[in-house]
Amino acid sequence: MKYREGEVRIPSGCAISAAISREGRPINGESMIRSMVPMHDRSNGLGGGFAAYGIYPEHKDEFALHIFFGSGASRHECEAYLKETFEIVLAEEMPIRIIPEITDVPIIRRYFVTPLRSALHRMQLDEREYIARAVMHINTEISDAYVFSSGKNMGVFKAVGYPEDVGRFYRLEEYEAYSWTAHGRYPTNTPGWWGGAHPFSLLDWTVVHNGEISSYDANRRYIEMFGYKCALQTDTEVITYIVDYLVRRQGLTLEETASVIAAPFWSTIERCEPEKAEKLKFLRMTYPSLLITGPFSIVLGFEGGLMALNDRLKLRSMVTGEKDDMVFIASEEAAIRAMEPNAENIFAPSGGCPFIVKVKEGKY
Amino acid sequence: MIIDAQKLSYSQINTILKEHGGDVQIQNCLGHRFLASGLSEGYISIDGIPGNALGAYLNGACIEVNGNAQDAVGDTMNDGTIIVHGSIGDAAGYAMRGGEIFVRGSAGYRAGVHMKAYEDKLPVMVIGGCAGSFLGEYQAGGLIVVLGLTDENRKIVSNFPCTGMHGGKVFIRSGCDDIIFPRQVNHRAAQAQELEEIRPHIEKFCGLFGSDAEEIMDSSFTLITPDSKNPYKQMYVAN
Repeated sequence: MKYREGEVRIPSGCAISAAISREGRPINGESMIRSMVPMHDRSNGLGGGFAAYGIYPEHKDEFALHIFFGSGASRHECEAYLKETFEIVLAEEMPIRIIPEITDVPIIRRYFVTPLRSALHRMQLDEREYIARAVMHINTEISDAYVFSSGKNMGVFKAVGYPEDVGRFYRLEEYEAYSWTAHGRYPTNTPGWWGGAHPFSLLDWTVVHNGEISSYDANRRYIEMFGYKCALQTDTEVITYIVDYLVRRQGLTLEETASVIAAPFWSTIERCEPEKAEKLKFLRMTYPSLLITGPFSIVLGFEGGLMALNDRLKLRSMVTGEKDDMVFIASEEAAIRAMEPNAENIFAPSGGCPFIVKVKEGKY
Repeated sequence: MIIDAQKLSYSQINTILKEHGGDVQIQNCLGHRFLASGLSEGYISIDGIPGNALGAYLNGACIEVNGNAQDAVGDTMNDGTIIVHGSIGDAAGYAMRGGEIFVRGSAGYRAGVHMKAYEDKLPVMVIGGCAGSFLGEYQAGGLIVVLGLTDENRKIVSNFPCTGMHGGKVFIRSGCDDIIFPRQVNHRAAQAQELEEIRPHIEKFCGLFGSDAEEIMDSSFTLITPDSKNPYKQMYVAN
């Protein structure tokens, strides 16, 4: 019998890579696919994916929903819900290329939508909260439907397969983005289904992750109190919701968020300047259940930027590099050199120290 | 012999290295893992970026990397020499039990983690720049030297050096005033006579990378050793 993600837990090596232009210049998807080639052996063919920012300029004011459906019936049910929840500006099949390396392809569609104004007004919600609730509803209440991308002017593309093949499958050479992240998966806890590939996404947040989070259940129990529903038992999903909760709903900065999820040790805090120590102590004591333990390296994508972060013990590898306006992040320097052979300032951020890159204001 | 790595897998390259046995130059290397693993003889020069676990289980061959290397260089190596002209990633010399690693630049986290020595086997790692956190973690034997000659804006070693150390020696070219060591190790200024132990390795380092050995030997070093034969007694069980 075949298990769906979320139905079974099997007790990861993974590959991550990212590139961003600080000038907001377009980067072709081909370059991201190339970066995953030297890291091929970090994945095992059970998941690959990409996130791309700035790819839908003609629909930049609408939310782009990318949805997997397991059957025509689930699509029918989900589309009925979409119609009563959103104004649908465009609904279309996801452009794909059928290749022998990618099989068991679900129905993949994308919808450019705006929340119904009357519903927003009645529910007294801002549009992002409205979208987040709709995504949670579809992913948990409509069987065999899964929203894997829900931001504006950005999109996630993921599948079961090696990342190079997933990139060709989604025809990523046809997309130009000012910022990309990529992931090759080696699932260790779950069987590997399309929805469970990385990046995980909610609104414009995307997370690619290499590691194994031992605090998953503690984090999940806490975050589910605030309306997030972890549908897939994979640790990366919970990181995505933690970031959304801390930044969008609690108003923390990215640096503060990093100090919550990869909090410094108490012994390190003791040695900080009093003012800084006080702040770090406050964050640790306010959000103890959002401390993420276990090895991880992640790249968080968001509108206009990227943040890379390692667990505080740095049990996973990550390096960064630069060339002119470009900044690169990857599990291995070889991946950076595959994108830019002349990359400079190769640097490995320390554990728990966020590495944040932003596109210049007005350039995205 | 010249090998163009571009169209070859790591196992194809390793097969060529094993069959050839002599001097080989690998060009266009990009992330090929396990290169020269277990190799007993020959000299391998690498242009480009070798992948993880370069020279794992190395058994006598010499590897020279003309740029940076990634994680786990010399993992569990037994004998031979690895020379890196750039910097190295995390966990360099992981569990090495013999041979030497010379790095001109800096090392990432956990350099020399679980190094060990046995009878005539004495592994040596010389890091020309700085070392990341957990330098010499669980070190059980061998010699680690950190010189701090590059990356001067960085601390010569980051947090938690020598955590879990129970054998071997670490020499750091610094007074280490701002560095916090665990309770279970001793750290003090190295005496002139103690420094003689690292002199041949410093001389070899300087021969490779062109620094001045006398100037380095004239600096003050801190020597770190475990503080007793059983420093972790009663830490986990009442033993």
